Order: sequence, then C-alpha cells, then structure tokens
Amino acid sequence: MTSETLVAVERLSRRHGQTQAVDAVSFTLERGQVLGFLGLNGAGKSTTMRMLAGVLAPDVGRIVINGADLLDQPRQAKQAIGYLPEQPPLYRELTVDEQLCYSARLHGLDRAASLQAMARVKERCGLTDVGQRLTGNLSKGYRQRVGIAQALLHDPPVLILDEPTVGLDPVQTGEIRTLIRELGQERGVILSTHLLPEVQATCTHVQIMRAGRLVFVGALAELPQRQQSTCLRVGLNAPSPVAELARLPGVARVEELGEGQFRLHHAAGAAPNSALLEQARAGGWDLWELTPEQMSLEQIFIELTLERETAE
Amino acid sequence: MIRVIAARELRGLFLSPLAWTLLGVSQALLAWIFIILVNDFQNVQGRLAGLEHAPGVTDLVVAPLFRVAAWALLLLTPLLTMRLFSEERRTGTLDLLLSAPVSASQIVLGKYLGVLTFLLSMVALTALMPLALLAGATLDVGKLLAGLLGLSLLAASFAAAGLYLSSLTSQPLAAATATLGLLLAFWIVDAAGAGQGAASPVFAYLSLPRHNDALLLGLVRSEDVAYYLLFSAAFLGLTIRRLDNLRLRG
Repeated sequence: MTSETLVAVERLSRRHGQTQAVDAVSFTLERGQVLGFLGLNGAGKSTTMRMLAGVLAPDVGRIVINGADLLDQPRQAKQAIGYLPEQPPLYRELTVDEQLCYSARLHGLDRAASLQAMARVKERCGLTDVGQRLTGNLSKGYRQRVGIAQALLHDPPVLILDEPTVGLDPVQTGEIRTLIRELGQERGVILSTHLLPEVQATCTHVQIMRAGRLVFVGALAELPQRQQSTCLRVGLNAPSPVAELARLPGVARVEELGEGQFRLHHAAGAAPNSALLEQARAGGWDLWELTPEQMSLEQIFIELTLERETAE
Repeated sequence: MIRVIAARELRGLFLSPLAWTLLGVSQALLAWIFIILVNDFQNVQGRLAGLEHAPGVTDLVVAPLFRVAAWALLLLTPLLTMRLFSEERRTGTLDLLLSAPVSASQIVLGKYLGVLTFLLSMVALTALMPLALLAGATLDVGKLLAGLLGLSLLAASFAAAGLYLSSLTSQPLAAATATLGLLLAFWIVDAAGAGQGAASPVFAYLSLPRHNDALLLGLVRSEDVAYYLLFSAAFLGLTIRRLDNLRLRG
C-alpha cells in the first residue's frame, strides 16, 4: 500500500481558560493506520479530537485533512471526516433510520444514496434489527453503534472516534474492535482511549498525551523499546546477599521482595545472567528462580505519563 | 442543506408533546376570545347600522383577535425556541452539525425556517376563525391579509430573537426566560414618556407592536415591514456570529 497522508497536524494549541489543554501537538496519519490516542483523563485527547473534527477552533496551528485545510476549506475537509464524539450525537425523538437518514443528508448524500449508505452501515454495525426503534430508548451499546454507523455513512477516508468502546459489553467491544481494524485497512482511523488492551488489540500506531503534550509517537511495536531498563527476578535460598548482587556488572539497583526473592534492575540488553550464575555457584546461594521481567505496556504507559511529571 | 435541517427541526417539534400542547392551548384561548368578540359585535350591530363610516366586522372582531394572537405568540414563542440550540448543546447533538460539511449560516437558517414554519402554521390556524365568518358576513379581505402579514412578521421577529438567546445558554429555561424578557422589553419600550404624548421617536420606532398597528388597520407600509425584517435579520446575524464563536470558545 502506498502511503498517503490523510491528516497532517502542525503545532496545534488550545487553551481552556488558564490551562493549556493542548500544547503544540504535531502528528500525521497515513492511510491504513489506526492511531491510538492514549492518555489519562484530562490529558487533552478529546480536545485534540474536537479540533480535528472542526467542532472546536484551535488557538494556534494548522490541520490539513485529505489535502484540504480545515480553516480555509472547511466544507471539503469536513466531508472527509467521520466523527464520533464522546457522547454519540443522537436525537432522542428520532428512530435509528431517521437519525441515519438525517445524518446522511447532512453530509450531502441524496435520498437514493442515503438509503444505500444506510443499508450498508446498518449491516456493518449490526443495526439491521433496530431501525424502527427510537434512539432515546436504545441501550448505551446500541447508541454507540449508531454513533459509529453515523460516522461511516458518507464513506469518509478519515475516522475520528472518541472512546468508541466505552459502555459496550465484552462481546460488543470485540466486534467493534474488529470493525475498527477492518476500517483501518482502507482508511485512516484515530481513536482515543484510556484502555491499554484496546490499543494493543486495534492500533498500528500509538500516541501518548500527557497534560496537553505528546510524550510518545510511534508504531505500536516501537513502544517496548522505549523502556530504559529491564528487570531480572531472582529467587535464592541464602541470607540476603544484597551487597553482592548490587556489585554484579550491569546491575543498577536491587530490590528486595522478601522470601528470598530479589528484583535486579539492569540496563536494556545487558542482563547479568552469567555473572549471576557464577556468583551463585561460588557463594552457594542455591538459585531457584531466574526470570527476566519484561515491562508490560501498562508499566511503560504509566512511566511515560507519570514519571516525567517528577522529572520536570 | 438548509431544507434538511429545517425538516428535522420541524419533525422534532411535531414529535414533542410541547408543540402540540402549545398549538392546542393557543387555539383554545383564541377561540374563546373569538366567540366573545363575535358576541360583542352582534350586540352592538344594531346601533352601528345608524352610523356613517361605522367600523365593520373586520375592525371589531378580526383586528382585536389578531391583537390577542400577537400576545399569545409573544408568550408562547419563547417556549418553542428555547430548545433550538440549548438542547443541542446539552445533549451534544450540536457536534453533529458542527462537524458536518455545513456552514454556520446554513445551520442557523435551517433551524430558523423550521421553527418559523411551525409558527406560521399556528398563524394559519388562527386565520381560519375569521375566515369562518365569510359564511355569514362580508369581510374586508385586504385588512385580513394585512393583519395576517403583521402576525407573520411578528412571529418571524420573535423566532429570530428566541433563536439567538437559545444559542447563548445550554439551559432551555434560561433561554425562554431571557427571550420573554427581551420581547416584553421591545413590546413596552414606547411606553416611556407616552403619558405626556412625547415619547421619544427612537423608542416609538423600536417598539414591536407599534409597527403592527398600521397593519391591523389594513395599511401595509414598507417602513413597518422593513422594521420586522431588520429585526429578524439582526438576530439571525448575531446567532451566526455566536455559533462561530462557540467554535472558538468551546
């Protein structure tokens, strides 16, 4: 697949009163990417997405969507976006069919095209049975699905989904994640979430925000490489040889976990395995556990979102 | 695009019990007043017959009825317009409009035309009552049409003001209260100094009902029509600006 830039964001900033909600954020989205926006609550994910969808104007910065500048050619740019806000924008008094028809017409589809598009997205989002129900009476999961269907109606190349799986049961969550992966193959998708498994399950790329800034941008596979150090879990039947363990080459820090267990922090790629075995044999430490501990995505996430706060 | 938005607005109105209640209540009250007016007219009819240039049924029944209908519109329009934007902001459906490839003026005009269509149907229903008199009396059709034009222009002005105030807040009741206050202020603004017969011409010009008086007499002056059109256009312009501002302020 040739890479084609669908969204280009340059130095986007936005203040909310005194707080800098989004601070000089730049990134791009190519066709075929599913970009996960990750961050704690209030990190600026929703604000960024609202600006991308044209609902909120940025204070500073430029957004180009599918070749059209969002400020100079809003109509063209918005035609290329399907947006699902945090709250699915549904009129309670309309049925699912009426709601979808209205949204299709609003995006410039004529009556015949609207009907076709409705049939297509209802099939895709599992809404064929609820067409006549009022959106106000639907469960949260169905409302969310109608919201996603609504974003797909005009077949936009860019999808912006703000927390698409919130409120869904596990089965629905799985279905929606599969749907997003499928959609991402032919489009560019940006989704925000604070759930890590969601990113691992659906995204090709990940972007972590903290306090309005991007602290990590890259492919999902690159994230584990960002970790500064890894650990080795060691179990010994010996009186705490903390000092000796700390003296091993490459060991940065020793953590005593009790019951003869220790965690050795060492630099990435420099595990002191052989030296440790040597010492254990020489000192008669009776080694019974030696496990390399990979930092989980969760730990990396927490490190990236929290620990830098203290560094600043 | 404007038509799509207007159609949804109108549909939303007719799907809510509020609009039907307003239609029912206003029709019931106006019908009651209509009967009283017709009854009064029958009582004085004999004495009028001897007078030269006596006022006819159009002056004694239709004009007063339309005066009351104008009051009814003044009181009921805020309840209809209060939800136009504030409800959409509260429930988040405004995001759908803002992220769709439509301009702020299309959104505003669509909503305006939607609610105006509803108000004009209310005016049309009111017009049916005097039209029923045609069965047994001669009406001055010119005066009747001028009166209807006046009511329609008043409805257009009320709706525009209500639309603007609804875009200012996300609480419908606050919007309704503010609209009622604003409309009443424009209604009584000419009362300042009127007692001495020396009301400032500016205040007199600003007054909403004054421009309707000539229309009720059957006098269609471009000055009065222009006043209502300017009034509506000003508030529509403010609403469009407000919507663009919402994007900036969040």
